[in-house]
Amino acid sequence: MEDSSSTVKIVVPPKQSFSKEWASDQKAFKGVPWGKAMMWIFLVSDTFVFSIFLISYMTVRFSTKAEWPNASEVFGLHVGHYNVPLLLIAIMTFILITSSGTMALAVKYGYERNRKMCGYLMLATAIFGASFVGMQAFEWTKLISEGVRPWENPFGAPQFGAIFFMITGFHGTHVTIGVIFLFIMTRKVFRGDFDTGRRGFFTSQKSHYEAIEIMGLYWHFVDLVWVFIFAFFYLW
Amino acid sequence: MAEDTQQHPLKIYFQVWTLLFVFSAFSYWVDWYGFESYLRWGLILAFMLLKAGFICAIFMHMWWERLPIIAAIMLPCFAILVFVFIMWHESYWTLIVRRIYFAITGS
Repeated sequence: MEDSSSTVKIVVPPKQSFSKEWASDQKAFKGVPWGKAMMWIFLVSDTFVFSIFLISYMTVRFSTKAEWPNASEVFGLHVGHYNVPLLLIAIMTFILITSSGTMALAVKYGYERNRKMCGYLMLATAIFGASFVGMQAFEWTKLISEGVRPWENPFGAPQFGAIFFMITGFHGTHVTIGVIFLFIMTRKVFRGDFDTGRRGFFTSQKSHYEAIEIMGLYWHFVDLVWVFIFAFFYLW
Repeated sequence: MAEDTQQHPLKIYFQVWTLLFVFSAFSYWVDWYGFESYLRWGLILAFMLLKAGFICAIFMHMWWERLPIIAAIMLPCFAILVFVFIMWHESYWTLIVRRIYFAITGS
């Protein structure tokens, strides 16, 4: 890589029509770091994966004769004498949004070379993410103990279980992977890898605060997917 | 865009953060108050798209990206809408066939 110094300035070429830039020689996304472009392309492919899950959910829900279970009752929680609909899901939603906010700030402080703030915000993001996974594990346990299985459930259409486990399971896996990487990156930030340009263990490329933004892209995407799952699966 | 240009004031992050909380609360209230039918679906979709738009534009910095990469990300996503359209009709067809089959067999 030619821009190996951690303080190198990337020259942004003047704006031109995007068809011209797409068709240009050697490099399409001028001025966009390759890691970021690759992350975006991965996220587009991941968008397709989640879209296919949500579309299969739509197909299954529209084509079944049995009544679809009422999500706000199935995912309700008893608090004292009250049955609060979707309580856990709402808390999970707010936690994920909070973690997205701390991640966005971590990216900002990373680019400002504020190592400590960046590190603490990354750590907070990781902890919020881990608590999200914990709540999801609780939710799965609750539903499994109530008899929800991928092939049957006591609330209505049997396809409900398959869709629930597949979609939330896949999203939960994404969150879990994100949390693992957040912890790894937090360690790198606190160790000062991004200030000294220490070479990575696997890639032997010099570390760069861009990596925080790329991590952030992935994490915001996980939040983005949850926005769609929350709307279509839990609220619809 | 280059790192030296990705400097945005703290304020905009907090504003978007607050907006995301408000929109989430609103979409939860849609369920809480038990809105039904088209009003419910319309509100859910509206809050969903607002949230997704703000996350994408501000948190993921897409607002400040160059058009070639925005187009490379956004244009393929329209294929999803085509697929939704196809499967929507497919699912209604399946439902009709099922209804006819169950009506004939009496199950």
